[in-house]
Amino acid sequence: MPLILVGGLVFGFGLGFSHMARPEVVLDFLTFDDFGLLFVMFGGSIVAGIAFWTLPKLRNSAPLTGRPYGRRLKSFDRNVLVGGSIFGVGWGLSGICPGAAYASLGVGNWPILYAIGGMFIGAYAQGVWRSRDAADASAAAPSDD
Amino acid sequence: MIAGVLADLLGAGTVDVLFPNGISRYAIGGLLVGLGTVLIYLGTGITAGASTFLESTLSYVSGRSRFTQYRPSRDWRVVFTLGIIGGAAVYALIYQGDPWSIAGSAWTTEVSPWRLFLGGILVGIGTRVGKGCTSGHGICGVGSVSRTSLVGVATFLVVAIVTANAVSALGVGL
Repeated sequence: MPLILVGGLVFGFGLGFSHMARPEVVLDFLTFDDFGLLFVMFGGSIVAGIAFWTLPKLRNSAPLTGRPYGRRLKSFDRNVLVGGSIFGVGWGLSGICPGAAYASLGVGNWPILYAIGGMFIGAYAQGVWRSRDAADASAAAPSDD
Repeated sequence: MIAGVLADLLGAGTVDVLFPNGISRYAIGGLLVGLGTVLIYLGTGITAGASTFLESTLSYVSGRSRFTQYRPSRDWRVVFTLGIIGGAAVYALIYQGDPWSIAGSAWTTEVSPWRLFLGGILVGIGTRVGKGCTSGHGICGVGSVSRTSLVGVATFLVVAIVTANAVSALGVGL
């Protein structure tokens, strides 16, 4: 936990320092006025990539959790495209993504609470929608008691 | 240093056009974002993304299966998010003076509340349906050379570029 806090602190400091926490900077990037954000995304992923590539060769598992070192691989399906597109519209409209929104709050940009509130509403709505199938299944299953 | 190399490659005028605010703050910030991710990975083996926090935190108040599946990770995700907020606050204290005073804050966004709110709703839906956001897919997934994440990043980046330009072309103010 302390390590996760430290990691989060460095992560958030980086988002503040890179100005990615500022929606205007993201919108300038998306409208081709300032390409600097490429360095944030690629810089970050290259640093992460080096660790993801190196550590599994050095050790089998993480010292604090015993969790095996692996890469972040998720299965591909239509949801990646559908969700990515919805996220893209939201990102292009607001200029804010989740991590940058938390950082933006830390910088003192209080209007970002509109965006964070929206994110929770959106996450809740899709969660209720997608829990429906599971709820139907368990309700339909005969009960023993 | 990077700016110098790019200036040699592209010509100094091009660099000024492409990067009107310079490169160093972006490059240094990006390295720190990567470093934060690596610190967590080094100790725990976790590839941390930011958007799962939205759902895992909802599991504190909702019993829906979509949210409760994240119960095991919800505590550290709160810590991670508090860290992000705190780290940005440290940045603001060092570089911006008095970030917690609404009047004295160095900047608050000019983007209008409806754009933040509506965009936020779509971000909340899209990142969760699409299995990741700019940190999960963008940093950890691309760093893992995951094809799913590369496709995911390409999708949201292209759609966001189209959206931002369309909104701007329609003359909608910030």
